[in-house]
Amino acid sequence: MSQLPALIPTTLILAGLLSLLVGLRSLRAGHLIALTGTVVSFLVSVIGLLEVTSSGQPIRYALGGWIPPIGIEFVLDHLAAYMTTLVTGIGVLVLIYAPRSIRHESPGKAALTYPSMALLVAGLAGMSITGDLFNLYVFLEIAALAAYALLATGRRGGAFATLRYLLIGAVGGGFYLLGVGFIYFSVGSINMADVAARLPELLESRSVISGAVLMVLGLALKMGLFPLHFWMPDVYTNAPSSSAALIAPIMTKVSAYAIVRLMLDVFPPGFFTEALPIAATIGWMSAAGILFGSIIAIGQQDYRRMLAYSSVGQIAYVGLGIALANPIGLIGGLLHIVNHALMKGLLFLIGGAIQWRTGLVRIPDMVGLGKKMPWTMYAFVIAVLAMVGIPPTAGFFSKVYLMIGAVQADAWVWFAVIVLSSLLSAIYFFRMVEFVFRDVEGAEESADDSATGGVSAEELRGAVAGEVPPSMFIPIAILSAAVILVGVFNFLIVRALLEPAVAPLLGG
Amino acid sequence: MDGFLDLAPLLAILASAIAAVAVPLTGEKRRNLRETWTVLAAVVKFSLIAMMIPGVLAGERYGMDLLEIAPGIGLSLRVDPAGLLFATSASFLWILTSFYAFGYMRGANEAKQSRFFSMLAACLSATIGLCFSGNILTFVIFYEILSVATYPLVIHSGSKKAYEIGRQYLIYALTAGIALVAGLAAIYAVTGTLDFQPGGFLDAEMGMPFLWTVFLLFALGFGVKAGVMPLQSWLPNAMIAPTPVSALLHAVAVVKAGVFGFVRLVGYIFGPELFGAMGAATFLAILAAITILVASLIAITKDDLKARLAYSTVGHLSYIVLGIAILAPQAMLGAAFHMITHAAMKITLFFCAGAIYVHTGKKKVSQLDGIGRQMPLTMAAFGVGAVGLAGVPLVGGFVSKWYLGVGALDAGLSIYLWVFLLSGLLNAAYLVPIVTRAFLRSSPDHTRFNEASPLMVVPITITMLFALLLGIHPDGVFRFFSLAEAIVASVTGVTFTGGI
Repeated sequence: MSQLPALIPTTLILAGLLSLLVGLRSLRAGHLIALTGTVVSFLVSVIGLLEVTSSGQPIRYALGGWIPPIGIEFVLDHLAAYMTTLVTGIGVLVLIYAPRSIRHESPGKAALTYPSMALLVAGLAGMSITGDLFNLYVFLEIAALAAYALLATGRRGGAFATLRYLLIGAVGGGFYLLGVGFIYFSVGSINMADVAARLPELLESRSVISGAVLMVLGLALKMGLFPLHFWMPDVYTNAPSSSAALIAPIMTKVSAYAIVRLMLDVFPPGFFTEALPIAATIGWMSAAGILFGSIIAIGQQDYRRMLAYSSVGQIAYVGLGIALANPIGLIGGLLHIVNHALMKGLLFLIGGAIQWRTGLVRIPDMVGLGKKMPWTMYAFVIAVLAMVGIPPTAGFFSKVYLMIGAVQADAWVWFAVIVLSSLLSAIYFFRMVEFVFRDVEGAEESADDSATGGVSAEELRGAVAGEVPPSMFIPIAILSAAVILVGVFNFLIVRALLEPAVAPLLGG
Repeated sequence: MDGFLDLAPLLAILASAIAAVAVPLTGEKRRNLRETWTVLAAVVKFSLIAMMIPGVLAGERYGMDLLEIAPGIGLSLRVDPAGLLFATSASFLWILTSFYAFGYMRGANEAKQSRFFSMLAACLSATIGLCFSGNILTFVIFYEILSVATYPLVIHSGSKKAYEIGRQYLIYALTAGIALVAGLAAIYAVTGTLDFQPGGFLDAEMGMPFLWTVFLLFALGFGVKAGVMPLQSWLPNAMIAPTPVSALLHAVAVVKAGVFGFVRLVGYIFGPELFGAMGAATFLAILAAITILVASLIAITKDDLKARLAYSTVGHLSYIVLGIAILAPQAMLGAAFHMITHAAMKITLFFCAGAIYVHTGKKKVSQLDGIGRQMPLTMAAFGVGAVGLAGVPLVGGFVSKWYLGVGALDAGLSIYLWVFLLSGLLNAAYLVPIVTRAFLRSSPDHTRFNEASPLMVVPITITMLFALLLGIHPDGVFRFFSLAEAIVASVTGVTFTGGI
């Protein structure tokens, strides 16, 4: 079983490459290969997760038989299993969903899309399980390259937004790599466990401090932490729905996870909080990001842009969890990784479904959708309730944990920010609920106001009624159910995975 | 039997939750079957709840912990006298409201009836859930669900105005909800527990800034639903919902959930002693007293019947809040009992207002001249409710007011006795003229007897009798008075002997 960690990324990389080759001849086969690879890696992740929780021990694997710390090591521990299961799970759902949506939104780009999706998931899963600082950079770049490919397939404007993202991503990756270099020079190792063992003697070293700051800065850029978020809105707005549905939920989260990794397992306890004000800096950036993202989201008319700004705010919850650096606060932040991935994935999939059915992307035009696609809109309501944090959906509990953590840390300003942001997100999401469930008489009024270039959306799509096909609706249904189930049973996740993961905070 | 009764609270919550799903699945085309689900759920729910009364009065605390939802805190259901008192009244009145609503919704030919009955059932699930919540987290979960489930009912008409009001409603309700979440997080972070305990579990050593923060967060959270000024303005607006909603939710279930929250806050979180010592009681009592008087004065100026009743509700909710804040055992007894008597009287009045509207299309007090000749049963019931709210003996309102007044004197706060008395007069001033106008004046519109549908008149008659019975034999209906006494006994340790 010890090869198990390696199976997750390698299956995906193989599937991605094979899918690219086969996809040139047969799209369908290419899709099937990418999907199969993702399903296999998801199943392996689940097996790994069960293994780790039942044994309580991480599964370690030395790549190519080279003994760590010389060789590269994969470590599937509680947190890594949590992340890979999430990443591959979302990957499976989006790959099921993608073909129809792509055919509608970016026809002709499908051959490139499926392999890129598999490679993106491979990169993110690899980042999650690697036990090596440099190897993390490699997977980070694999994921980034795949993401550029996915995003650039979008409509006009997509290419430019992606170029900007690419430049910023390269800077982020560069900072991180530079940080790894500093660590390597002063510590003499890049294996995480090995570095962790040697670091305590070198904490005063300037190059260690610079290394830590650079690595966190690079990851914060990748994570889109305010004010380093500026690449995000354009990218999400212009991307094809299925690409956004894959990238938005998981990509920034894995960078956040990497910061957690550094804090918990590489640097000694207290290093991010006491020796350096890294945690506090992340906290204030997050608090500002939560408010900024939520407030700007209120003003958005474009559905995807609204979701993008909402993501700026939501990733910052994870940031707050890191900043609180107490067990319950960090549990809240980590739980929010899954919660937000599910909710945001769901919202982007719904956005794609709306586009597929009606071509609409502007919120004011969506009046009366509740009649046209009622089931999709019920799913939307579930997603909204979760985003606002209404129990028993998943969003409620991560906020509660974060609030408890904030009180325990005496961080009353952050506490107030969490309180306030729930209300702000209620404003922009319930506004949309109101639109979609409004009767159509009102629709005519607002279609006139909103000036959709003289052509009303109804005419554009010939007023089609009905739901999306099963391949698109099933992922939506699964995610809606997951949003509720993860909420109700969140404590099982907390107890089995997150409490062991944050144990280093207690042991400090 | 006891094993079964431990399950009863869960089943009572599920009964209406199942109906909430079954109703829209059955749909408008088979509406008699759809209505059957509602009735079935209402009757089952009420029976389950009523079965627990004898045991709870004998000291049993039925319930169960379902699953852990946060470190050390489970989803916990626990039936105590306070929860049972509220749950019994809400579930009993739901049965009547269901029949009334069939008559009302069909009579008014309302759209989206499936959604309406489904959400009404969901609201009742949430209400019963929060009644039986054993800890603050469970309570807040149901409280939030209640807020959200009420929204589709508020915007039911789909008009532009309804959406505007719906927006205001959500802002108030969600602000309240998040304040509660914040409050519970603060309590948990400091004490590590969230279980309700008779007599409270906070203590003065936690420091005044912390205690006041917690109090203000909870007061905001509960004050919105309880309509304590200055948080009341959503309530009169929410009358835009169909009348059965105004009657059951905005006179009983939703607004009393806020009041019930204050019962929990004072009796089971802070404890009366600490609540008085920290000065929060005085603060709350002053707000409530102002609300009582101002709301009554505003009610006089309203010509729209439902608006007048809404302001009356605002005032009477604060009777209960004031009774709790006075902290004297007699006043708490009066407050707890007023939850029931006000429910009986006010739901009668709203039922009447709805019957008048559906049957004649009239909404304004000034249009009601002589309507007593056309709808004598309805207006007679209205009369009973009106004098009851004013505090005339033989109707339930007298009994609760009596204890509220005695409690105020006991506590040496005679000023509040004057508030109750003055407000009684104001109540009479804004309600009794409606009755006299209906019976003593005449109008060509209303000459011959022509009552609303029996689906509406029969529930009206029953709620009227309910209000009367509470005044004549307070413990005769579902042992409400004994339950109220048991609440006071568990919170303060004071037991009453004899009663009335």
